[in-house]
Amino acid sequence: MQKGDFSKDFVEKIAQDEPQWMRDKRLEAYSLYESLPMPHTTEDDKWRRTVDMRTQDYWRRTRRNLRGFAVENYHPAAETNGSASVEVDDGAGVIVQVDGKPQHTYLSPEVKKKDVYFADLHTALKERGDLIRDYFMTQAVTLETTLKSGNFATRNKFDALHGAFWQGGYVLHVPKGVRIEDPLRVYIQLSEEQHADMSHVLLIAEEDSQVVILEDNSSANPDAGGFHCGAVEIFAGQNANVTYGQVQHWNRQVWNFASQRAVISKNAQLCWVTATFGARLSKLNQAIVLEGTGSNAQLLGLAFTDARQHLDVSTAQEHLSPHTSSDLLYRNVLKDRSQTAWGGNIYVYPNANYTDAYQKNDNLLLSERAHADTLPGLEIEAHEVRCTHGATAGQIDAEQVFYLMSRGLTYDLAEKLIVDGFFEPVIERIPMETVRKEMDEFISLKLA
Amino acid sequence: MNNELIIKDLHISVQGNEIIKGLDITVKPGEVHALMGPNGSGKSTLAYGLMGHPSYDIESGEVLFNGIDVLELEPNERAKLGLFLAFQYPTAIPGVSMANFLRTAVSAVRSTETNGSENIELIPMREFRVELREKMAQLGMDDSFARRYLNDGFSGGEKKRAEILQLAMLEPKIAVLDETDSGLDIDAVRIVGESVSSLVGPELGVLIITHYPRLLDYIRPQFVHILLDGRIVESGGYELTQLLEAEGYDPIREKHGIAEAVQENTI
Ligand SMILES: Nc1ncnc2c1ncn2[C@@H]1O[C@H](COP(=O)(O)OP(=O)(O)OP(=O)(O)O)[C@@H](O)[C@H]1O
Ligand SMILES: [Mg+2]
Repeated sequence: MQKGDFSKDFVEKIAQDEPQWMRDKRLEAYSLYESLPMPHTTEDDKWRRTVDMRTQDYWRRTRRNLRGFAVENYHPAAETNGSASVEVDDGAGVIVQVDGKPQHTYLSPEVKKKDVYFADLHTALKERGDLIRDYFMTQAVTLETTLKSGNFATRNKFDALHGAFWQGGYVLHVPKGVRIEDPLRVYIQLSEEQHADMSHVLLIAEEDSQVVILEDNSSANPDAGGFHCGAVEIFAGQNANVTYGQVQHWNRQVWNFASQRAVISKNAQLCWVTATFGARLSKLNQAIVLEGTGSNAQLLGLAFTDARQHLDVSTAQEHLSPHTSSDLLYRNVLKDRSQTAWGGNIYVYPNANYTDAYQKNDNLLLSERAHADTLPGLEIEAHEVRCTHGATAGQIDAEQVFYLMSRGLTYDLAEKLIVDGFFEPVIERIPMETVRKEMDEFISLKLA
Repeated sequence: MNNELIIKDLHISVQGNEIIKGLDITVKPGEVHALMGPNGSGKSTLAYGLMGHPSYDIESGEVLFNGIDVLELEPNERAKLGLFLAFQYPTAIPGVSMANFLRTAVSAVRSTETNGSENIELIPMREFRVELREKMAQLGMDDSFARRYLNDGFSGGEKKRAEILQLAMLEPKIAVLDETDSGLDIDAVRIVGESVSSLVGPELGVLIITHYPRLLDYIRPQFVHILLDGRIVESGGYELTQLLEAEGYDPIREKHGIAEAVQENTI
C-alpha cells in the first residue's frame, strides 16, 4: 500500500477486507465529513471558547491557531518503517502501535484464562465482529446523539473524519465479574514525517469487573510533523470499577484532535486521568455520561504547555440518573507563549435528583505572555442537586518565589516547587504510584 | 570580618517612599540584638531589604556579610552565605509539604554546587528524617507537621514555630527574627525563646525584631536599638527595653523631635 490520503477512494480501500456494516459506517461518516466546514472557516460553537480576551473576538484565536493545519498534508494508514521504542511484556497486558499499525500485543496467561479480550481493533473486527458492532460509535462517540453535550459529536468534522478513516487502536473487553489487579499498558506512537494516527479505543468493562488501563501517546521522532484524530469510548457496566489514564506527549509538531466519551452504568465507578504535555495544538472533547443510578466518575486533568502550544479542552459531566456523582479537577501550568482554553459543563437532567457534581479548573501562568481562558458552566434541570464549580487563573506568586528563594532555592527550583505544589491536588488523587512518578518526570522535563 | 553583618548608612524605599533613612547596625556571631520601634517605623522593611525582596529598593548604603557585598546577591545566594529571615507573615505554598520543602532547602544551602544549578543533590532521606524529627521534637511539634503543606492553613503560632524550625534546620550564621513572638501563646513564647537561645552561640548571631520584652526574658539581648522614622535613634543595653515598657515611645520621639507617624506620603 502506498501512502494513504483522506479521499473517498482511500475509504473504499481500507474497507476492502472489512464487514459490510463497517464499510457503510465509514462511507456515512465520509459524506458527513465532506459536508462539514473546517472549524476555523466557520463560527462553530464548540471552538468558540478559544476567545481572545483583549479583542473579545471568539474566533480570532481559533482562526490563527488552525491556520497552519491542512488535512491533505497527512497520510493515514501508510506503510511505516518506524518501530516502537517500547517493548515490555509486564503487568496484565501490553499493546504497542506505531503510525496506526499494531506492532505488538501481549496478554498475561493469567488474564487470558479469565476470558479477557485485548487486541488491536483490526484483529478484533475479525475475531469479535459482533462485539465491535455493538459498541463501535453507537453509544458513546456517535455521529448523532440526544445527549446535551452531543453537539460536539453531531457536527464535529474531526469525528466524521475519524469515523471514515479510523485505523489502529484497540479494544479491551473485561467479562462479567473479572477483576484485573495489574494495569494493562498501551503505547501509541507516531514515527514518520506527516503520518496520521487515527486510533480508536474501545474499553468495555462488564458488570462487576475491575480494570486499570494506562495509555501513552508519544512521538518516536522529536521533530516529525504528525496528526492524531482519535476517539475513545469507555463503557463501565453495572458495579464495574474502571481506571483509565492517558498521557499525551506527542512532539510539538503534532496536531491532536480527539473525542472521548464514557458511559457509566448503575453503581459503576470511573477514574479518568488525562495528562497533556505534547502537541502543537490539541482539541479535546471529553464527556462522561452518568447513565445508571448511583454511578460515579472522577475526572482528573493536568496539563503543562510551553512554547506556542495551544490546548483546548471541552468537558461535559452529564447526570442522567438520580444519586450520581462526578468530580472534575483540571489543573494547567502554562509557560512561554502557550495558551489553554477550558470549557466545562455540568448537565443535570430533570430526573437526576440527588446529583452531586463538582467542577474546577485552575491555571498557573509562569509567563506574562501565556494565556488561559476558563469557562465553567452549569445546566440544571433537577431540583435536589448539589453542584459546585469554579475556575482560577493567575501568574506565579512573587511572594511565594521570594519566600522559597530566601531559603536558598534558586529561582528555577522555587518555580519547580510551586509548580509541583500546584499539581499536587491532582497527582495525589491518581491511584497508581507508577503514573504519579511518570507525571513528576514529565513535569521536570518541561521545566528543564 | 568573621561572619559579621555590617549595615552602613542604608536607605531603603518602597514604591518611591523612603522608609529606611540611613541605618547602621553591626551584628556579630554570638551576639543578640533587639530592634524595637513603633508600627510602621520600617522594621520589616529593613528585614526584607537585607534578604533581597524585589519590592524593596536599596537607594544607597552598604550591607556586608563576612566582607561580601550582599546587596549584589540574589536572595538564595544570601541564604547560602548564612543569612536567614524569620518572616513576620510567612507565605503559604499549597501542595508543597514541609518535609519536601525543608529537604530541598537544606540541600540547597549545604550544597557545594556554586553555579546555581537546579540539580542540587538532595541529602539522604534517612539522615534528613532523623535530623528533622529531632528538631521538631525540640520545638514541641508533632511528627505529622512534616507532612502538612508549607504554612498552608497553619495557625498564627504554627507558622511562627515553623519559621524557627527552618532556622534550626538551615543553621544560618546571622538570623533576623521579625516578630516571631507575636501570635504565640505563653508556652510557645517560652519554647521558641528557649530554642532560639540554645541556638545562639559562637556560630549564630541574631537580630530580634519585637514589640514585647517577654521573648527577651528568654534570650537576653546585649544590644537594644530603637527605630523611629527609619533611623536608629537610641542604642543601649537591656535596660532600654524596660524604659520603653514603662514610658512608651513618646519621650524618645520628643527627645529627637520626631512627630507621631502621619501617613503624609501615601496619596
Ligand atoms: N510592600 C509595601 N508596599 C507599600 N508600602 C509598604 C510596603 N512595605 C512596607 N510599606 C510601608 O513602609 C512603612 C514601614 O512598614 P514596615 O512593615 O517596615 O513597618 P514595621 O516597622 O515592620 O511595622 P510593624 O511593627 O507593624 O510590623 C509602612 O508605612 C508601610 O505601609
Ligand atoms: Mg513589621
